[in-house]
Amino acid sequence: MGVSSFNWAIALPEIALALAGVIILAGVVLQPRGERFQTATVLSGGALLGCMALVLVAPQGHGYAGTFVNDGFARFMKILVLVGALVAVVLGAGYRTRELRKLPFEAPVLILFSTLGAMIMASSANLMTLFVGLELSSLSIYILCALERDNVLSSEAGLKYFILGSLASGLLLYGISLVYGYAGTMEYTGLVEAVRSAAIPPMGLVVGIVFVLVGLSFKLSLVPFHMWTPDVYQGAPTPVTAYMAGAPKFAAFALFLRVMAGPFGAVAPRWQILIEAVSVLSMVYGAFAAIPQTNIKRLMAYSSIGHMGYALMGLAAASMVGLQATLVYLSAYLIMNAGTFGCIAAMRRNGREVNGIADLAGLGKTDPGMALALAIFMFSMVGAPPLAGFFGKFLVFAAAWQAGLYPLVIVGAAASVVGAYYYLRIVKVMYFDVPDQALDRPTPGLWFVSGGMGLATVLFIVALGPILSCAHQAAVALAG
Amino acid sequence: MNAAINAVGLGPYLFVSAALLVLGVFGIFLNRKNIIVILMAMELILLSANLNLVAFSSALGDLSGQVMVLFVLTIAAAEAAIGLAIVTVYFRNRGSIQVEDVTMMKG
Repeated sequence: MGVSSFNWAIALPEIALALAGVIILAGVVLQPRGERFQTATVLSGGALLGCMALVLVAPQGHGYAGTFVNDGFARFMKILVLVGALVAVVLGAGYRTRELRKLPFEAPVLILFSTLGAMIMASSANLMTLFVGLELSSLSIYILCALERDNVLSSEAGLKYFILGSLASGLLLYGISLVYGYAGTMEYTGLVEAVRSAAIPPMGLVVGIVFVLVGLSFKLSLVPFHMWTPDVYQGAPTPVTAYMAGAPKFAAFALFLRVMAGPFGAVAPRWQILIEAVSVLSMVYGAFAAIPQTNIKRLMAYSSIGHMGYALMGLAAASMVGLQATLVYLSAYLIMNAGTFGCIAAMRRNGREVNGIADLAGLGKTDPGMALALAIFMFSMVGAPPLAGFFGKFLVFAAAWQAGLYPLVIVGAAASVVGAYYYLRIVKVMYFDVPDQALDRPTPGLWFVSGGMGLATVLFIVALGPILSCAHQAAVALAG
Repeated sequence: MNAAINAVGLGPYLFVSAALLVLGVFGIFLNRKNIIVILMAMELILLSANLNLVAFSSALGDLSGQVMVLFVLTIAAAEAAIGLAIVTVYFRNRGSIQVEDVTMMKG
C-alpha cells in the first residue's frame, strides 16, 4: 500500500463510532423523556465496546492520502482511550440516581464524540488530522464540563476550560502554520525529512515546534500550563472529571509521543532538556501543591499533574525502553485513576454529593469495601509494590536511569515521597478518624467500576507480561 | 510563487499575522472587563494562524494550507457557538459576565 492510496478501511473504527454517535443522538430524542438517559448510556456503551473490537481487527497501514495512520502504537492508545471512555460512561450511569438527576442524556453521547476525536488524534499522520481530532475532542469536553446547567461551579468550570483550552488550541494552530511554512509540508513523513535534511533547523520551524509543544502541554496539564486543572476538575460533574483525567490525556500523550519520537526524533538532544524541565516541574508542583487541599477532586487534579510528569520521564529518556515505560505507566494510571473516581462519585450523604476529604472520616468502619478499594488506589498511586502504580513508576525510573538522567530520577523519587504524604493522609482519614454520619451505599454501577478497577490494580502483576509485550510492539511501531 | 505574494514578499504577511497573534493573546490576558471580548480575542488568534497558512500556501505553491484554512474556519464557528452557549449558561447562574467575577473556585 503506497502512502497515496486511499485505503479507507483503516479508519473503520472511527467511521463506525461517528455513525453510531449520530444515530444514537437522533434515535434517543424519539424516546420518552424518562428513558432517554438509560437508552443513550446503554447504546453508547455498546458502541464503545463494538469499536474496541473493530480497533483490534482494523487493518494497519497509511491511508487517506497520507493523513491517517493505523499502527501498533495507534492501536494501543485507542484501546486505552476506549477503556477510559467506557468506564466514564458506566460511572455516569451509576452517578445519576433518583435524587441526583444531574447529567442529561447528551453526556454519554458527548463522551462518545470526544473519544472519536481522541482516536483520530492517536492515528494522525498529518498536522491537519491532528488539529481536527484535537478540536473534536476538546469541543465535546467544553460542553461536558458545563453540562450541569443549574450549578454555578460546573458552568464556571466549563467557562474556564473553554477560554484557556481555546487559547491553547489557537497557539497550537499558530505553531502548525509556522511548521507548515518552514517545512513545506504538513505530513509527518515529510517533516522527518525537513528536520533531518537541514544541519540547523530553520528558526521558524523551531518556534513552530515550541508552539505545538505548548498547546499539547496545556492539554496534558503539565506545569507551567496547568492553571486550569484544579478548578475544572473540581467544578465539572464527577464522571466528566473521570473522563477528562483519562482518555483525552492519553490522546494528547499519543500525539506527544508520535510527534516527538517521529518527525522531531532526529533532533532529540535539542528538545530533551525541555521535556526534562517540564517533567521535573510537574512532579514537584503536583506533590507540593496537593498538600493543603481539602477537596478530593482538587487533590486528584494536582495528583494528575504529578502523574503526567512521571509519565513524561519515559519520553525524556528518548529511548525505546522509555517509550515502552511511558505506555505501561499510562495503562496503570488509567486503571487506578478510573477506580479512584468511582469511589469519589460514590461519595453521597443523604442523596447529596460531598467532596471533602474530611467526609471520608471513618469510612473503614461504615463501608469497609469502599474504604479498601480507595486504600488500594491510594497505595497504587504512591507506587507501593505489587500494585499497578509500582510497575509504571519502576519502569519509567529505570528507563530514565539507563539514559543517564540521574537528577531526574532523584527528583522523581523525592517527589513520590512527598506525594505519599497526601495519598496516605486519605487512608489515615478513612481508617483512623472518628466516623461522621455514614455515606450512602454506592449504586451498583459505581461498585462495579471501583471494585473492578481495584481487582485490576491488584492483579496488574498477572497481566504485566502481555501489557509489556503490547507496549513494546507499540514502541517499535513508533520509533522503529 | 504566486504574483500577489511576489509583489510584497512573505515578510509583511507574517508580520501582520504575528501582530494579530500578540493582540489576541494580550486581549485575553490583559482584559479585565468582559468575557465577550475574550471570545473576540480568540477569533483573532485563529485568524492570525489562518493568514499565516494562506500566505505560506501561496508562497509554497502547495494547496494543503488553504484546505487547512477551510477546516479551521469551520472549527472556529463551532467554537464560537459553544463559547457563547457556555457564557449564556454561566450568566444565568451567576448574573454577570465580568471577568473579575469568575472566581468561585480558588486555591
